[in-house]
Amino acid sequence: MVPVATFDSYYGRPVIKSPVWRSPDIPGYLFLGGLAGASSVLGAGASLTGRPALARVAKVSSALSTALGGVALVHDLGRPARFLNMLRVVKPTSPMNVGSWILSTYGAATAVAAGTDVTGLFPRVARVSTVSAAVLGPFLASYTGALLADTAVPAWHDGHREMPFVFAASGAAAAGGLGMLAAPLAQTGPARRMAVIGGTCELAALVAMRRRMGLTAEPYRDGRAGSYTRAAEVLGLVGTAGAAIAGRRSRAVAAACGLALLTGSAATRWAVFHAGLQSAADPRYTVEPQRRRLAAHHHIVA
Amino acid sequence: MPGGGVWSAQPARPGPVPVDPVPVDQVLQRATSTDPGPVGPGSVGPGSVGLGPVGPGSVGLGPVGPGSVGLGSVGPGSVGPGSVGPGPAARVRQDAEAMDPAAASGYLDPPARVGFFTDTSICIGCKACEVACKEWNGVPEDGLCLTGMSYDNTGGLSADTWRHVAFIEQRVPHGADRPDASAAASAGGAAAAGGDRGAGEAQGAVPIEGQLVVPRVAQGSTPVQGQQAVPAEAQGAAPVVAQPGLRWLMASDVCKHCTRAACLDVCPTGALFRTEFGTVVVQQDVCNGCGYCIPACPFGVIGQRSGDGRAWKCTLCYDRLTVGMEPACAKACPTQSIQFGVLDELRERADRRLVDLHRAGVSDARLYGRNPADGVGGGGAFMLLLDEPEVYGLPPDPVVTTADLAAMWRRVALAATALAAAGVAAFAGRRR
Repeated sequence: MVPVATFDSYYGRPVIKSPVWRSPDIPGYLFLGGLAGASSVLGAGASLTGRPALARVAKVSSALSTALGGVALVHDLGRPARFLNMLRVVKPTSPMNVGSWILSTYGAATAVAAGTDVTGLFPRVARVSTVSAAVLGPFLASYTGALLADTAVPAWHDGHREMPFVFAASGAAAAGGLGMLAAPLAQTGPARRMAVIGGTCELAALVAMRRRMGLTAEPYRDGRAGSYTRAAEVLGLVGTAGAAIAGRRSRAVAAACGLALLTGSAATRWAVFHAGLQSAADPRYTVEPQRRRLAAHHHIVA
Repeated sequence: MPGGGVWSAQPARPGPVPVDPVPVDQVLQRATSTDPGPVGPGSVGPGSVGLGPVGPGSVGLGPVGPGSVGLGSVGPGSVGPGSVGPGPAARVRQDAEAMDPAAASGYLDPPARVGFFTDTSICIGCKACEVACKEWNGVPEDGLCLTGMSYDNTGGLSADTWRHVAFIEQRVPHGADRPDASAAASAGGAAAAGGDRGAGEAQGAVPIEGQLVVPRVAQGSTPVQGQQAVPAEAQGAAPVVAQPGLRWLMASDVCKHCTRAACLDVCPTGALFRTEFGTVVVQQDVCNGCGYCIPACPFGVIGQRSGDGRAWKCTLCYDRLTVGMEPACAKACPTQSIQFGVLDELRERADRRLVDLHRAGVSDARLYGRNPADGVGGGGAFMLLLDEPEVYGLPPDPVVTTADLAAMWRRVALAATALAAAGVAAFAGRRR
């Protein structure tokens, strides 16, 4: 039988639309949100255990990251003047809507926590805001996984099971890294441990995600996303191992490892961002998994 | 016809296409009344021909209720992929058809859901739909250029292209080499019975003895005639073929107005909303251009308008619907490839059309977006295609991304808890 001539796409054009989100706004926000959210956990712990220098670093950095991330988000809107429209509804089916509620409540808490820490005013308000930020922070760090996955972008949606863990762990690695970089060695023990836990889990979650995704994991390996992925792996591995082995002894080593983990965490976000764009641009990543799904379904039915 | 000043309600269309499937005022009357009115062949407007009894094998083509036309139960050739839903299709479909998106969105006693049935087997690629849409909706220019790949010069749906006519040129094997040649031959026997259609129809296209038949044709025959069973809307143009072994596929694509619409689900501002007609529309005074709907759409329909920043797409002419007019594209379509109407009726009409095409040997014909049990709950706009969906740039098995959202939120909560636990663990160790 002569095979019928077919295209597996319409002139190679993408089936879905690529996200219109831009770099550095969106990957930058993903990174900053993770850093801020995990830093708030670190800041609360440092406050409660009497590590004022680490608390200061964590709280101030989370307030600044949140502010910068918020600016990046508004800047990326097609109509920035309408950013408050996000808060005219509460809509659990929209991770972006939920995220804007998380971001605004968390942002207020973390700003007050940083302000009271720096000024030393209102100790009771300081405690409440510090704990509130520490409770909301992990959600800010992880909801972005659902934000990306809740799209038709193959390299994002197919990773929906692991993406929140990748981002939460990456946030922990970044926050720990920043603590190691900026706080005195005497107080960085918890930051280092958080960095090691976060860095390890980040790498493990990325591997697990890509392994389970199969075909749609390819963009994480290829092109620009591939470069960012490799950078994330190398920096994460070096930073995590260095922190675990020598981070306790040398301020210089701790700072270097902290910097590696911070940039590695950022590289993870840029890798995920570009993998999404690349997977959206190639119709193969949309069509082939759907074809396989149909074939498997028909197989079961038959 | 209320408010019909600008566009005449008269179907003053020249040419050989004889039928207005359903007069629009009738459709909207039905759409706005609670009584669904008669369904089945009797509901087709005046001037319809060929909608009588359909001969042997025409099970389920009478005046039947919604959802009861099981595609698996009809005549020969109805085996096209995509046309038959997964699993126990009839039951699933009936359950799904009970889901009225307007009622589910909180409308009390909404009018009947309306939509488009785009029958690509009679599309001639004229692009009148594209032009009418732009004219009526004030959609800006979308690039005065040629793609260089075909007679398609708009490329795909976007913020500035709400109807897009795909154009595909394919080399196909012909004669006995065709995989469906035997099906065509067997269908020919049944189809050959009816013949006389009078002037205006091309000669001798009754599909017999392994000849190529509608609408994937060769040898210059004009397809779809000579069959009593073919409903009126089946008459008329089919994809034209320039030379043997070559075929052109043309298809007018549009927003699907999904029953489960990802764009609407993910919109963080509530700018996207469900209308009382069951369609999905962007409120442009609310949209803040976040762009979330754009990668959420599994069909790549909605886009961001440059220089404007907001997301735009087909409104199914919401303004026209509210004053009892049919959408501009359907109004302008000269072959009635684009049919507007009450969705349940369009689905029945499409089922009949599919049966007719299959009986005529067009085993490639399949309905796309017809099945309420599919991943988006079925489209308010659906199509009859002559090849795999991806050939037209359509996803073969679209699923609304929010189908997995509950699982995602659970994972978010788990990951957040894990992060907090990691924080506790980090402070549980030694002092430095």
